[in-house]
Amino acid sequence: MILSLKNVSKSFGGVQAVNRCTFEVKKNTITSLIGPNGAGKTTVFNIISGLACPDSGTIKLESKNITGLAAHKIAKSGISRTFQLTKVFRNLSVRDNMLLAKRASDNEIKKTLKSVHFEKPLDTIASELSYGQQRLLEIARALLMPHELLMLDEPTAGVNPRVRHEMRTILRKLRKEGKTILLIEHDMEFVMGISNRIIVLNEGRVLREGKPKGVVKDKRVLEAYLGK
Amino acid sequence: MHDYLIAVFAYIFLYTIVVVSFNLSFGFTGLVNLGHMAFFGLGAYTSALLTLHGTPWYAALLASGLAAGIFGAVIAAVTVRLKEDYFQIVTLGLAFIAIAVSRNWVSLTRGALGLPGIPDIIRNNLYYMLFLFAVALASVIILYWLTNSETGKIFQAIRDDETAAAILGKNTYAYKVLSITISTFFAGIAGSLFAHYINFIDPTIFDLEFFVIILAMLIVGGLASVSGSILGVILVSILLSAISFAFANISPQLIGAMRQMLLMLVLLLVLVYRPRGILGKVDV
Repeated sequence: MILSLKNVSKSFGGVQAVNRCTFEVKKNTITSLIGPNGAGKTTVFNIISGLACPDSGTIKLESKNITGLAAHKIAKSGISRTFQLTKVFRNLSVRDNMLLAKRASDNEIKKTLKSVHFEKPLDTIASELSYGQQRLLEIARALLMPHELLMLDEPTAGVNPRVRHEMRTILRKLRKEGKTILLIEHDMEFVMGISNRIIVLNEGRVLREGKPKGVVKDKRVLEAYLGK
Repeated sequence: MHDYLIAVFAYIFLYTIVVVSFNLSFGFTGLVNLGHMAFFGLGAYTSALLTLHGTPWYAALLASGLAAGIFGAVIAAVTVRLKEDYFQIVTLGLAFIAIAVSRNWVSLTRGALGLPGIPDIIRNNLYYMLFLFAVALASVIILYWLTNSETGKIFQAIRDDETAAAILGKNTYAYKVLSITISTFFAGIAGSLFAHYINFIDPTIFDLEFFVIILAMLIVGGLASVSGSILGVILVSILLSAISFAFANISPQLIGAMRQMLLMLVLLLVLVYRPRGILGKVDV
């Protein structure tokens, strides 16, 4: 087990965004976190990565308690992530974006960028890239940063079908390489094709977890997505 | 060399230190410290008071930088967590507090009477101008090197997206405090050099009029560019001299007001038609 959440809760004002959420992520697997809009998926991501502090509960990375630690300390503990809305450093070059993740040679940077099918020159300023290219750059940056767990928040959101297809290939390759990935994704077909395990969140709680085929047939999951 | 030209160059070198250091926090780190000139004034007062009490100029110069830097670090430590607008309001408030303290702490600053007789570092104006050039050059080299170093890239990453910098393991709070500390250190050094150049300081050193000149130089030259800052200083200095020459026959008070109006006009035109300034790398 690489990551475990136990009874994690978080509310914003009167809204209970995450409610006694408990789940685990196994090593060398792709675990997908799915659920309808407002289910609390991104809040869970933010809590794990230290961008939000939980009201209660415990989060452990391997055996280390990382609950409530600052984001930069959690990152150094071994969690790397991307965001639903891409967060590249717009005024910096591709090279500088990558170097901020890790001191690396041009060769290592190029190799990592190539692994996500990114082919622009290293001196390109990030704001000059298309949205899809920025997404790939953000994923490459997250991959370059030393990590035990990679968290991807809707990597296919807002990208064209070609990049979406590339993203699927990339994730399959990463799974083969034995990476541990926690993924938020709305595209069910995409999730079904690449996940070892699926966790369904609804109203901040874990509604169901298990293997993709079992989860997708669950009546409660269908109700949460489509309504009764 | 003509005395007027020596003065123009001396001011260009002084402004260069102030503007490049202001660019470090504003342009490179995204921290709009509207109280930057308060640290310039603090450096001037520190150096003036120390040398008037017998401290050697070099020790006073260093103490001015350290006093401004340490005070900057303390202010930054409690303000950089504020959101952008609030940070600007608090730092602007700092400028007004500096004016109030310098006017009212009469036993230390002599209030509105100011501090006369601040000793020269070098008596000959030409040699002092060359000394200012050397300090300005050293400051530019240090800040240029810093902005291109790993630390400088982290400053720029924080400016572009602080959250993304944090999830890459960067302690953004510490880096923001560091940026303000270095920036205010150089402002303090410039303040000290200024005090020893004009041999007299009073609370008008904290006036916003001075800050508007610095801001215009920074915006015209462009944010996040050291060479842009130098160019901005040169162009605005030329403009200020041209105004003084063009309106030499009218009263000095009117020239002051006219300078302010023209600087604001220049700022407006740059912001509307060229938000990156001449050599800037990010929009204002």
